[in-house]
Amino acid sequence: MNPVGFPILTAVTFFPLAGAILLLFVPKAKEEFLKWMALVISLVEFVISLPLFIYFDEGVAGMQFVDRIPWIREWGVSYFIGVDGISLLLVLLTTFLTVLCIVSSWRSVGRMVKEYMIVFLILETGMIGVLVALDLILFYVFWEVTLIPMYLIIGVWGGPRRIYAAVKFFLYTMAGSVLMLVAILALYFLHGKVTGEYTFDVLKLYQAVLPIKTQYLMFAAFALAFAIKVPMFPFHTWLPDAHVEAPTAGSVILAGVLLKLGTYGFIRFAIPLFPVAAFKAVPIISILALIGIIYGALVSMMQDDLKKLVAFSSVSHLGFVMLGMFAFNVQGVQGSIYQMLNHGVSTGALFLIVGMLYERRHTRMIADFGGLSKVMPVFATFFMIVVLSSIALPGTNGFVGEFLILLGAFKANPVYGIFGATGVILAAAYMLWMFQRVMFGAITHEENRALKDLNVREIVTLVPIIILIVWMGVFPTFFFKKMDLSVQRFLYDVKARYAAAMTATPEEGRLILAEDGNGSRVELVMQEKE
Amino acid sequence: MEIFQVQFSTADLLVIAPELVLTGFALLILLMSAFARGGRRGFLGYTALVGVVAALVSLYWVIGKEASAFSGMVQIDPFSFFFKVMIVIIALLTVLSSLGYTKREGIDFGEYYVLVLFASVGMMLMASGINLLIIFLGLEVMSISIYILAGLMRDDARSVEAAFKYFLLGAFASAFLLYGIALTYASTGTLDLGGIGGVLAERAWINGLPILITGLALLIVGFGFKIALVPFHMWTPDVYEGAPTSVTAFMATGVKAAGFAAFVRVFFYALPTLQIYWTEIMWVLAVATMTVGNIIALSQTNIKRMLAYSSIAHAGYILVAFVAGNELGQSSILFYLLAYVFMNIGAFTVVILLGKKGEENTLISDYAGLGLQHPLLAAAMAIFMFSLAGVPPMAGFMAKFYVFSAAVKAGYYWLAIIGVLNSAVAAYYYLRVLVYMYFRESEKELTIGGFSPAAVLSIIISVWGVLHLGILPSTFLALAQRSIQFFL
Repeated sequence: MNPVGFPILTAVTFFPLAGAILLLFVPKAKEEFLKWMALVISLVEFVISLPLFIYFDEGVAGMQFVDRIPWIREWGVSYFIGVDGISLLLVLLTTFLTVLCIVSSWRSVGRMVKEYMIVFLILETGMIGVLVALDLILFYVFWEVTLIPMYLIIGVWGGPRRIYAAVKFFLYTMAGSVLMLVAILALYFLHGKVTGEYTFDVLKLYQAVLPIKTQYLMFAAFALAFAIKVPMFPFHTWLPDAHVEAPTAGSVILAGVLLKLGTYGFIRFAIPLFPVAAFKAVPIISILALIGIIYGALVSMMQDDLKKLVAFSSVSHLGFVMLGMFAFNVQGVQGSIYQMLNHGVSTGALFLIVGMLYERRHTRMIADFGGLSKVMPVFATFFMIVVLSSIALPGTNGFVGEFLILLGAFKANPVYGIFGATGVILAAAYMLWMFQRVMFGAITHEENRALKDLNVREIVTLVPIIILIVWMGVFPTFFFKKMDLSVQRFLYDVKARYAAAMTATPEEGRLILAEDGNGSRVELVMQEKE
Repeated sequence: MEIFQVQFSTADLLVIAPELVLTGFALLILLMSAFARGGRRGFLGYTALVGVVAALVSLYWVIGKEASAFSGMVQIDPFSFFFKVMIVIIALLTVLSSLGYTKREGIDFGEYYVLVLFASVGMMLMASGINLLIIFLGLEVMSISIYILAGLMRDDARSVEAAFKYFLLGAFASAFLLYGIALTYASTGTLDLGGIGGVLAERAWINGLPILITGLALLIVGFGFKIALVPFHMWTPDVYEGAPTSVTAFMATGVKAAGFAAFVRVFFYALPTLQIYWTEIMWVLAVATMTVGNIIALSQTNIKRMLAYSSIAHAGYILVAFVAGNELGQSSILFYLLAYVFMNIGAFTVVILLGKKGEENTLISDYAGLGLQHPLLAAAMAIFMFSLAGVPPMAGFMAKFYVFSAAVKAGYYWLAIIGVLNSAVAAYYYLRVLVYMYFRESEKELTIGGFSPAAVLSIIISVWGVLHLGILPSTFLALAQRSIQFFL
C-alpha cells in the first residue's frame, strides 16, 4: 500500500509538532539560533513531504499513504489519515508556504521569537492534519486545533486592533463549526443504527446515501462551518480584520492555507457525504460565489489600504473556487482545486510583498507610495509578476485555474459563466490600478526616495514563488496528472449517489427502514461499493 | 416500637475503608493541632496529605468489588468506586494547592484540613449511599464542613458573607431535600433506593401520584441547589468569590461531583420509572442553566466570579447528558465530571498562585502580561481555559463531545444544538483571560506570592489530566462505561 515502506504521512503531519517541542528547550535569548532552527525544521518538513508527491501513484484514485490505528475504540474513532489527488497538492502547498513564512518573519517578528516559531510549527501540524484526516472526529480535532495558533499569531504579533480581530476570528470559526459537530454526531448515530457499524470513517460514511431531508440539514451545518472559513459572502466579515491585523506571515498562511481548509472541507466532506443536498444547493452556492466574486472585486477597488485590498481580493478569488467546485464537471472541479493552489501562491506572495513594503515604510496606505519602480526596480519586477498572476494573465498559474473554472461554469450554466467572467475583468482593474498608483508615476513622498531595494533574504523568499507561478502556468499537466483520477472518481461517486438517492424506491430492495429516536421512519439507501 | 440494632462485620468496614481512613486522619489532625503552637503548624497539612494518599491506597482493596454494608446502607460498586477515586483526587489536589495558600492567608489551622477531610467523607457517603438517609447525612456532613471552610478567613468580610449566605440558603435547600425524601418515603414506604425502585416499577405507590411527584420536585430542588442549577444558583458567584480560593476549588469540584453522584444514583436507580416526569423538567433546567450561566459569565470581570458562572454552565452541560438518560448519557456524566475536576482545580490553583497576602489579584485585568512574565503558568492557564471552552485536544472537548453525543443519540437534537451554541458563546469569556495574559501589556509586576511547589505539583497533575483525557481518553471512557453498568 505504502510505496515508501514507512508511515510517511504521519511523519509529515507530526514532524512540525515534534520540532515545536524541540524548540521549547532552546533558551529564549538565542533568537538567531531559534530562527535558524525553525527554518531547518520547516525545510526538513518540506523535504520529507516531497516523497508524497514523487511516490504518489497517479493510477490510483483512492487514498494513498494510509495510516490507520484505532484511537478511541469505545466510539469507533480511529487515527485514519491518507491523501488522494485532491489533498496531496494542498499538503505540499502547506509545507512550501510555511518555509517562506518563516523566512519572511526573520525581521518582522521583534518579540517573543521562540513562542512565535513554536506556534507557527504547531499551526503547520494542525493544517496538514485537517488535510489528511479521514476520520470525522480526527478532522474536527485538527480543525479546531488550527484555531488556537492562528488566534495567538493574530493576537500577539498583530497590528493595533489585533485583539478585536483575533477574537472575531476565533468566535466566527468556532460558532460555525459547533453545529457541524452536532451534524457529525447525528450522521454517526444514523449510520450506526442502520448498518450496525458505528464509525466516523469518512470513506465508509460516503457509502451511505441518507434520506434527502436529513441531507439538507446536515449539509447546512457542514456548509455553514466551511462557508465561514472560506469565507463566502455574507460570512466574510472576519477576514479583512484578521488579514489587516495579522503579521505578514500570519496573513500568508491564513490566505494561503487556512481559507483552503474551508473549500477543501466542501470537496472532502460536505459534498460527498450529502450529494443530494449539494446538488440542490448549486444555485444558492453559485449565486453566493458570484456575489463574492463581484462584491469582493468592487470592494477591493475602493480600498486605500494595500492589505485590505488583497484581503478582499481573496474573497473574490475564493468565490471562483466555489463557483468551479459547484459546477460539478471535471473542468470546474479541477480548476477549483488548481485555483486553491494558485491563490495560495499568488495571494501569499502579495501579502509577502505588502509586508516588505510595510517593513520599509511602516504604512500600507496606497496614497503613501507612488513611483516606487524607480527606486526599487527588482521589487517592481517581482511585484509585477505576482500581480499578473493574480489577475490570471495567460502564462501564469492564475490563468489556468480561472480559465478552467469559467469553462466549467459555462458548461454548467452559461449565466454563471458570464457573471463569473466579469470578475476576471474587475480583478485586472483593481490590481493594475493599485499597481499603477504604488509603483508608477512621480515620487510624491520624499521618504520613498531612500527606500532600499530587496535584500538577498527577500529575493530568496520570492524566487521560489515566481518559479512556481510560471511553472504552474506553463506546465499545468505536471500537477493535473496527480489529481485527474481522484477528481473523476469524486464526480462519478457524487453523481452516482445522487442518482441512487433520487431514484431509489422501496421496491428496489435497497431501502432500509429504521426507527429513529422519535419513532418516525428514517429511510436510508445503501449503495453497493463498486 | 422497632428497635434498631447496629450489627456489622469487619467486611463492612472494608466497604467504607477510605471514609474510615480519612476520618481517622481528620481526628488525628484535630488532636495534633491542639498541641501545635504558633508557627509550627506546617506539618498538619502534610499529615492531611498523607491521609489522602492513604485513602487512595485503601481504595485499592475494593477495586472491582461489589458489596453492600451496614444492612444495605452503603454500597461499594463500580459507580461509587469511580466517585470515591474522583473525590480522593479532588481532596489530594485541594490539599496540595492549599499548603502554601493557607499559610499565606493565615488560615493554616488544623481545622482547615480537618474540615476538608470531613467534607470528603461526606462526599464519599453521598456517592456510596444507597439509602436516602445516608445520602442526606453525607450531604450534611459535606455541607456543614464547607459552610465553615467558606468563612475561614474570619477577618475578611466577604469570606464571612459567603459563609453566611451559603449556610442560610444551604439550610433551606437541605430542608427541601429532606422534605422530598419524606414525601418519597410517604409514597413508597421505604428509604432504600433499590426498594423505592421496586415499588415504583410495580407502580405500587401509596397516597397517590401527586405526593410522589411533589417529592420528586423537591428532590430536584435540593440536589439542584448543591450542583448550582439555574434557578437555584444565586449563591454561587458570591460564595465562590468570597470563600478562600482553595476552598472555592474544592467546592466547585467536590460538591458538584458528589451532588451529581447522589443525583444520578437516586434518579436512575430509584426513580427511573418516573423518567417521563422528570425529563422535561430537566430539559428546561439544562437549557436555563447553560444559557444563564454563560450569558452572565460574559460580563464578569473577576475571575472567581467568572469561574463560578462557568461552573453553573458546566452543570448545565452535564444536565444535558442527564436528560439524554441513556447509557451513553450516564457514563458521559462521569467522564465530564472527571474532566471538569482537572480543569477547574487547575484554573483555581493558578488563581491561588497569582495572589498575595492582602492582594488577591482576582480581576481578569490583573492577568495582563502574564504570558511574558510567567510563561509556564500562563501556558497552564491557557490549557485550562481552552479545555473549559471545549477546544480539542483538551479534556473539555472530549467531555462535551461525549455529552452531546448522548443527547444526539437519544434524539434531543435541539438540546445538543443549544448546548454547542452555548459552548461557542462560552469561548468568548474564556478567551478573555487569554487576551489579557498574552495580548495586553502588564500594568504592574505580577509576583507569585508565596511560590509553593505543592501547588505547582497540583497544576502539573491537572495539566496531565486535561491532556490525557483529551488526547487518549479510551481508558477513562471504558472506566466510566463500566461504572454505570449496574444501573442497567
